[in-house]
Amino acid sequence: MATDVRTLGTNATSGALATTARNSAPKSERSSERIVELEAVNVFYGAFHAVKDVTFDVPKNRITALIGPSGCGKSTVIRCINRMNDLVPGARVEGRINYHGVDICSAKVDPVEVRRRIGMVFQKPNPFPKSIYDNVAWGAKINGIKGDMNALVERCLRQAALWDEVKDKLKESGLALSGGQQQRLCIARTLAINPDVILMDEPASALDPISTLKIEDLMRELQRQYTIVIVTHNMQQAARVSDQTVFFSLNEQRQGVLVEASPTRELFTNPRDQRTEDYITGRFG
Amino acid sequence: MSAAVGEDLLAADAGGGRDQLRARQRRATAVSWVFLAAVVFAVVVLLVLLVAVAYRGVPSLSWSLLSSKASRNAESAGLQTALFGTLWVISLTAIIALPVGIGAAIYLEEYAPRNWWTRALQTNIANLAGVPSVVYGLLGLGIFANFFGFGRSIITGALTMALLILPVIIIASQEAIRAVPLSLRQGAYALGATPWQVSRHHVLPVAMPGILTGTILALSRAIGETAPLLVAGAAAYLTYNPDSLTDGFTALPIQIYNWTDRPQQEFKDLAAAGIIILLVVLIGMNAGAIYLRHRFSKKTRW
Ligand SMILES: Nc1ncnc2c1ncn2[C@@H]1O[C@H](COP(=O)(O)OP(=O)(O)OP(=O)(O)O)[C@@H](O)[C@H]1O
Ligand SMILES: [Mg+2]
Repeated sequence: MATDVRTLGTNATSGALATTARNSAPKSERSSERIVELEAVNVFYGAFHAVKDVTFDVPKNRITALIGPSGCGKSTVIRCINRMNDLVPGARVEGRINYHGVDICSAKVDPVEVRRRIGMVFQKPNPFPKSIYDNVAWGAKINGIKGDMNALVERCLRQAALWDEVKDKLKESGLALSGGQQQRLCIARTLAINPDVILMDEPASALDPISTLKIEDLMRELQRQYTIVIVTHNMQQAARVSDQTVFFSLNEQRQGVLVEASPTRELFTNPRDQRTEDYITGRFG
Repeated sequence: MSAAVGEDLLAADAGGGRDQLRARQRRATAVSWVFLAAVVFAVVVLLVLLVAVAYRGVPSLSWSLLSSKASRNAESAGLQTALFGTLWVISLTAIIALPVGIGAAIYLEEYAPRNWWTRALQTNIANLAGVPSVVYGLLGLGIFANFFGFGRSIITGALTMALLILPVIIIASQEAIRAVPLSLRQGAYALGATPWQVSRHHVLPVAMPGILTGTILALSRAIGETAPLLVAGAAAYLTYNPDSLTDGFTALPIQIYNWTDRPQQEFKDLAAAGIIILLVVLIGMNAGAIYLRHRFSKKTRW
């Protein structure tokens, strides 16, 4: 199940991508290979220095949770990983983000190519105003994925645990679904482009507890094939689903800084930093 | 606690509060009367105009009006030449202005960097929308008729009209494009779509009904324009139908104006009939636009 190999840019380093086949390691012997490495990432919105010197690694086939108080830059950081900040007027990213050894922040790298490999699910479900079928198929079509489209749509909807609920109304609008179903549709649509990494910015924040649990189960399921980075405000959720947790906070200048990145169990049971402990025990602020 | 609040409400009602409320309601009623009066005035004026036109025009309506060409003789005069000229010019104007206008709007909204240069461009477009149409006529005469050597022809008229309505189309299209939710674009970009794929598959289909409304309003205005066409080279009196882009032409409003200028009453009645024809063409265009709107909004499945 090796990914088709496209090149990220015209620079020589992108060759590194070509040699990296996805999903090669079975889950039992998951290596701690790092798929994304952030090095001293700084983000500015105009003159405002929103995120300062963030460095952490995202291990392959693991779930990495980003937590921290509101406004500390979690969304900003996760958007850097697939160049979504390019769409924000006035946003500027400095530093290196290596993806399979290629610096995807570089101007030589085409953001479109990055996003084809690093998909994203947003906080608010945003299905296209098209049929459920087209919602899933569109991304695959524009990415030139050929083959049996019906089978692909079914597989992605099944993976997103949505198939049984929508199999009889694939031609109906994606917006006619409930919020939780819409969010799973958005996940299915991301799976359809067969990404390497899936970024999720508070994917369950608008959902009820049952839909939330469904999405969490889904993440653990997807983890076998994909690498997942999730932003969440729900610390139980981070503790339940993630392998690694990254805690952000605000410094005195109200800039987002990384406080601690540790294996989840360690961060929640034995935090290294006082600020982490205050936050996870609810003594924040 | 809630009981206390309730009592407060009652107390306010019993005291000065009730008078205040009455005064507010009276003001609201007065304002709504003013608005109603404004609407009634506008509708009545329009109705009076329509009835007056119909009263004088309907008796002169006949097939020969459509099938005859211009003539100095009221009995045999028709507006076929002008009708053909108008249809030629307006279709050509739409063909030129629509793609250019929508393209410019997409560029400005989806591609252009948000910098000083773009803002300057934007301000200029807004200003161009306010330039008197005669000025466009002069521009058309200078550039298309003389410089490019198209002469006093349909293509000159259409290019001039296209220039005239472009700012309006661009601004209306931009509004429609801007109304497309950002989350839709983000969703598409996050799947690895190119800006063109996002515009083509998501932004345009959703914005299209709005774009068409703006465009049809602009075209409807253009169809009634006389000044720029006259200046840029429409003929006031023509007895042959145009059959190529470089042919001379005249247009319905010009023909109508020409007839109202004659001393004979018959010609004035003919002018009224001409106005009815112009209105029919307009209504036809609007109907077409509504149909297109409907088709486009059905494609989007909200
Ligand atoms: N588009 C933007 N333009 C300007 N400033 C922004 C923009 N987006 C975010 N910011 C600022 O950057 C900082 C970090 O915002 P961000 O959205 O990344 O926080 P967050 O950690 O995701 O917060 P939350 O938990 O509330 O979602 C905030 O101070 C915010 O005001
Ligand atoms: Mg956020």
